[in-house]
Amino acid sequence: MSNLLTIRGLKIEGRSDETWNPIINGVDLNLKKGEVLGLIGESGAGKSTIGLAAMGYTRDGVRISEGTVEFDGIDLVRASAAVKRGLLGKRIAYVAQSAAASFNPAHKLIDQHTEAPVQHGVDNRASSVEDGIELYRKLRLPNPDEIGFRYPHQVSGGQLQRAMTAMAMSCRPDLIIFDEPTTALDVTTQIEVLASIREIVEEFDTAAIYITHDLAVVAQMADTIKVLLRGDEVEEADTRTMLSSPKEDYTKSLWAVRAFERPAKPAVSTGAVPVVSVRNVTAAYGTTDVLHDVSFDMHAGRTVAVVGESGSGKSTTARCITGLLPPRIGEIAFDGEVLPADYRKRSKDQLRQAQMIYQMADTALNPRKTIGQIIGRPVQFYGGLTGSARRARVNELLEQIELEPSQYFNRLPSELSGGQKQRIGIARALAAEPKFIICDEVTSALDQLVAEGILRLLGELQDKLGLSYMFITHDLATVKAIADEVVVMKDGKVIEQGPKLDMFTPPHHAYTDLLLSSVPEMDPDWLTNLLQERGVDNIGDAAVDKM
Amino acid sequence: MSSILKIVLQRLGLGLVTLFVVSIVIFVAVNLLPGDFAEAILGQGATPESVAKIREDLGLDQPMITRYFTWLKGMLTLDLGTSFAQLNFANFGGAGTTTIAEQIAPRLSNTMFLAAVTAAIAVPLAVTLGILAALYRNTAFDKAANMFTLSSISSPEFFMAYVLILFLAVLNPIFPSLSNIFDGMPFSERLEKSMLPALTLTLVVTAHMMRMTRAAIINLLASPYIEMARLKGLSPMRVIVKHALPNALAPIINVIALNLAYLITGVVVVEVVFVYPGIGQLFVDSVKIRDIPVVQACCLIFAAAYILLNLTADILSILSNPRLRHPK
Repeated sequence: MSNLLTIRGLKIEGRSDETWNPIINGVDLNLKKGEVLGLIGESGAGKSTIGLAAMGYTRDGVRISEGTVEFDGIDLVRASAAVKRGLLGKRIAYVAQSAAASFNPAHKLIDQHTEAPVQHGVDNRASSVEDGIELYRKLRLPNPDEIGFRYPHQVSGGQLQRAMTAMAMSCRPDLIIFDEPTTALDVTTQIEVLASIREIVEEFDTAAIYITHDLAVVAQMADTIKVLLRGDEVEEADTRTMLSSPKEDYTKSLWAVRAFERPAKPAVSTGAVPVVSVRNVTAAYGTTDVLHDVSFDMHAGRTVAVVGESGSGKSTTARCITGLLPPRIGEIAFDGEVLPADYRKRSKDQLRQAQMIYQMADTALNPRKTIGQIIGRPVQFYGGLTGSARRARVNELLEQIELEPSQYFNRLPSELSGGQKQRIGIARALAAEPKFIICDEVTSALDQLVAEGILRLLGELQDKLGLSYMFITHDLATVKAIADEVVVMKDGKVIEQGPKLDMFTPPHHAYTDLLLSSVPEMDPDWLTNLLQERGVDNIGDAAVDKM
Repeated sequence: MSSILKIVLQRLGLGLVTLFVVSIVIFVAVNLLPGDFAEAILGQGATPESVAKIREDLGLDQPMITRYFTWLKGMLTLDLGTSFAQLNFANFGGAGTTTIAEQIAPRLSNTMFLAAVTAAIAVPLAVTLGILAALYRNTAFDKAANMFTLSSISSPEFFMAYVLILFLAVLNPIFPSLSNIFDGMPFSERLEKSMLPALTLTLVVTAHMMRMTRAAIINLLASPYIEMARLKGLSPMRVIVKHALPNALAPIINVIALNLAYLITGVVVVEVVFVYPGIGQLFVDSVKIRDIPVVQACCLIFAAAYILLNLTADILSILSNPRLRHPK
């Protein structure tokens, strides 16, 4: 059978300051009708760029410099804009990473759904509306008859992602590019979207390019996997071969990350005073309670992972501990001593003892200050060090986070990579010499290999300095890797808590069980088995709602 | 919908407070003007006695606060008072007095008419040019449109007016160069006579609105939903009109409102050039002879026009946002 899409020697360049630099250095790709190809790699590997190039599209400041992209005999690189417009939306469709940002906020979902069929003359509006409703039903959206008549902001993220898949299907295209469609979703929602996408792609025999950085996800979706690294192909093989016996070292290193785990620590001795103790905290934004009677302890030298989906109250609990949001009822104790609820009433020493590391290192560092100034500021503020003493302490901290002081001291945050920025965030927290650090989703914006480096560093620092961590995350792989104790939260309540080993061995609370079983595994049959086990109507949000 | 109603009522309340503050500023500022009506009207025959007599007649000898509240009370009961100049003519056996309201009403309606004609030409023109400039950005068309509108806004109004008179009235007699409209004139003739001042004002206000339309649209072109629209194979025109424009309305509406307010309050020069009997001329004449009640009434009308148009712009901006129109 001939190829639907054939890419040969594709080279793409990006412009920075008047010069064109290579982004993709000659990639080949073959896709047959009805086949699903997984493109996998870290950020900067060029996955999305290739995905868009497969549609003959490049973003501003990017150009295809060499090669051909042949779709059904038409070279999209050389085709006129009008010819490409005739294909886009009609025969090749796109599903973007963030459905919330990619739906136009000014129009109803159904109006955006019918636009491609009507504009391409495939269908009239009335029958396209009917078809849209039918697709919403197939994708198991709640209230399929009505949901299309809402505006994007009135629909949840997971539902929008499915509505976008329906929109891509509106002209029954031959090829769909899925660009990280589930990256921004919670695990229980992700599973639902994955199942819907797979089902509908199979039903209409649509070919697809599935772009993701998550190996376990791609294992469920793709027939073939292609691994990319900085614009070059590393290797390609069918999914089962790729998972069981990767050839290249880089691929093996990607696979190995998932096996990283710190050894569990012995149980806390009875009668030990916890470093931080959250006692019966109920907190509200305005008049609505968002936390309900939350209690847990955190001990010296240990890591407590607080797990839950978005909106479960993890970050709000952190705000109560730091005193940014004084609890309505309940108290926070530090080393057995109750802290003032409002951070403004806490002493400098009390403030020093608890520090924070943030999710987005990009926005948490002042872009106009050098690394030396960023870390030097808390050194001076809490430690009272100035001049050469301050400089020496900053150098010491930079060494602790494994960055060469002479190289980094005078750099600006914009001159660092994502992982390095997060290391600076860690050094800034350490500068206060705290006992306790809140890590708020610190690895969720990072690639797996880089994230693993950060987790290892945090572990070593804990062993050396006896720090205790409160680790807020929605990623259960991270929990498995580093936690000593786990607290599971849902709707502002603690559902279950205990040592990690207990938490990962059954029997669990039903919700914990749902969370755990929703994390994709590297087994290509995982999703199929899970769907059989739970039944298609009993996954994701539907399952959550039944609790 | 109730949340929108609440916002509208809040803005309306704030507008009234602003108007009250403005009334104080106007009153104080007008009273700080050097010279007074009595001296201005008596000229060389101003003896201290006759000046004092006129001041007493007009209530100008009262303390400022008393005069302010008298005036404010009049305003609140929609009684704009009587022009000093008119009073004076009455004293000298003139043909009876007209109130300020009667004096201002025809002028204001003339000004509104001119503003409406200008807006009807300028707003669609500016928005269309802005859309086209965004569509063909960085092309010769874009640059030419920008250059033309910028040069027209950068030249003094009277200069643009004379250029138009030269080309459209003298060299090619299409429109009359005098816009002396009066009551009872048929609409078509009125329109024809207002054409040149309206075109002059169009040249003055188009640049702002066009550049804001262009900028607001281009600002959105990097959004994911615009990329999505392109990847659906839609034509560039549809991408801009259907997908970018509805989300760019708020800033565009605000600039339009600002320019409309200018059309009501700032067109004195154009009125003078074309001898158009608008409120601007009345205002300037009243300042010249220190006819304080007329000056104050005009100022208050100008302020109300600004506040009302900005309020309308705010409300329209809110209505253009589906998040506020359709809460969760």
